[in-house]
Amino acid sequence: MSRTLSEKVWERHVVRRAAGEPDLLYVDLHLVHEVTSPQAFEGLRLAKRRVRRPDLTLATMDHNVPTNDEPAEEISARQIEAMARNAREFGIRCYPTGDPNQGIVHVISPQLGLTQPGMTIVCGDSHTSTHGAVGALAWGIGTSEIEHVLATQTIAQTKPGTMAVTVEGTLPAECAAKDVILGIIARIGTAGGTGNVIEYRGAAIRALSMEGRLTICNMSIEAGARAGMVAPDDGTFAWLEGRPFAPKGAAWELALDDWRSLATDSGAKFDRDVALDASALRPYVTWGTNPAQSVTIDGAVPDPDALPDATRESARRALRYQDLTPGTPMRDIPVDAVFIGSCSNARLDDLRVAAEVVRGRRVRSGIRGLVVPGSMGVKADAEREGLDRIFRDAGFEWRDAGCSMCLGMNPDILRPGERCASTSNRNFEGRQGPGGRTHLVSPAVAAATAIAGHFASPSDLR
Amino acid sequence: MEPVRSIVGRALPLARADVDTDQIIPSHWLKRLERTGYGPGLFEAWRKDPAFVLNDPRYRGATVLLAGANFGGGSSREHAVWALLDAGFRAVIAPRVADIFRNNALRNGFVPVEVDAETVAKLVDAVRRDPSTTVEIDVARATVQAPGIRATFGLDDFSRTRLVEGLDDIALTLRHKHDITVFEAGRPEWLPRVR
Repeated sequence: MSRTLSEKVWERHVVRRAAGEPDLLYVDLHLVHEVTSPQAFEGLRLAKRRVRRPDLTLATMDHNVPTNDEPAEEISARQIEAMARNAREFGIRCYPTGDPNQGIVHVISPQLGLTQPGMTIVCGDSHTSTHGAVGALAWGIGTSEIEHVLATQTIAQTKPGTMAVTVEGTLPAECAAKDVILGIIARIGTAGGTGNVIEYRGAAIRALSMEGRLTICNMSIEAGARAGMVAPDDGTFAWLEGRPFAPKGAAWELALDDWRSLATDSGAKFDRDVALDASALRPYVTWGTNPAQSVTIDGAVPDPDALPDATRESARRALRYQDLTPGTPMRDIPVDAVFIGSCSNARLDDLRVAAEVVRGRRVRSGIRGLVVPGSMGVKADAEREGLDRIFRDAGFEWRDAGCSMCLGMNPDILRPGERCASTSNRNFEGRQGPGGRTHLVSPAVAAATAIAGHFASPSDLR
Repeated sequence: MEPVRSIVGRALPLARADVDTDQIIPSHWLKRLERTGYGPGLFEAWRKDPAFVLNDPRYRGATVLLAGANFGGGSSREHAVWALLDAGFRAVIAPRVADIFRNNALRNGFVPVEVDAETVAKLVDAVRRDPSTTVEIDVARATVQAPGIRATFGLDDFSRTRLVEGLDDIALTLRHKHDITVFEAGRPEWLPRVR
């Protein structure tokens, strides 16, 4: 029988199937961080349960951690300490702050080669979909499910539907993976993927670097999808080979044979198909308070009255919150802050692209520019290439790894009313700090915007 | 988990679409180590507006939330469910509930009720006209009712049984420990181990 990539990975992990019940799936890797896990560990303690597979569980600290030399706020410090304590008590490896492997969970696991094709990966964070870029089936779970996975190394889930998003054609020079996924979400909406695993397919997806695929899969959840995946190919294998946790020697050969069988069979049917033409894409900027509310950088703030009934009221509320007037060209909107970071866009490639734009230029006066590498490993790599110097010389702050201004859980937040061009994945009200206004963009557009002082693409600077 | 057979109570007409979990409970509330105490953070930013429906004394004590499409999207934070429970809510009725929120809700005895947009609109009209309107959700029958309104909602048998009987998920799974052990023995050798 012909099967899709996600169906194959799903079927391989079914521990138990019974009529009228969700499948019980085995979890190959459980990633844990300080914010959504304390109550799960407390639950284990109360029930006198242990962690079934500490060797398949990895913890780090990312959401709450300071990214400068300041100590963590007291309440955050308690959570960071709880993570360290729980890791010790339950025998879990943890990369704490200060460790060279510390960073955003969704950056460190692929970087270390822990994220491999065909695996099931869960984490108490919705952006776990990121790992699908390598051909893993990965999704975010809540704290009760974290406790369940810790205790049993399994998770009970109803089988998702399958959805193909096929992007053919060649991406224009100024467009990045971020523009592809923002374009997809603009097309299918924030609930367009609900109940489904999206498989990103087509020439434009295959042409992307692994970093680009990670960006795309990362934002699957912004389309409401259960997960996002890209079939592993030679690019995936080349990227993975030699990473610390990747199989070595004979095991590598065995793994390769297996991974090559994962791609969707020709003739397999998806429950839903969507097609996009990459050559028609442009750099995107969100104007609203959900990731589907976007226009291309050549566009203008839309008039809610011209939008379909279903989205009009949300658009009105979003424009009030964002303090924007319909008809304003995006390039005329000034910003107060630029954030280059997050599990969407804080890998080495992202930083290289942004650095190339700002090299020899200065951040517009009055703008706060923050570069927060996705992991301490990325930070070290970037510094070896001198990227930190380029950012610092341009007037950016160069920080340690963490989630930082993506979700405003540490002191890196916007002040009320401040407007930010952000390479992160969510532009919800107050996401980057109460009253803050977020516009999602690619690293290239974020960098150009920091220089221009208003939304801009790199070619606007020349 | 306590068994949840039915929810009978008044309803709050939030009636907004795309209510993400950052709005339900902002991130700075996620620094707590407990499962309780999140009620004051529920819709914290919107609550600052005196005209926000949660501040309307006519709806005080409501246990059912009426929302627009795509309720609970975004972050996986279970704290969103804890905040709703802490503030006295027991169920949400919306045309569509996001997947992770739905899973989290079911594991806390908070009932996600998906009905068509027209039914939600009728319920919103009814409680706006008369805030004392009683809405009844029967979990075993998967029905929602109010005077002159009746609809069924999708709830798989397994979730229904778990809610009605208040079953502990982990204890349920541990009954199949043998299956897990057998599965583990067949996993490929090359799969990574963290330690």
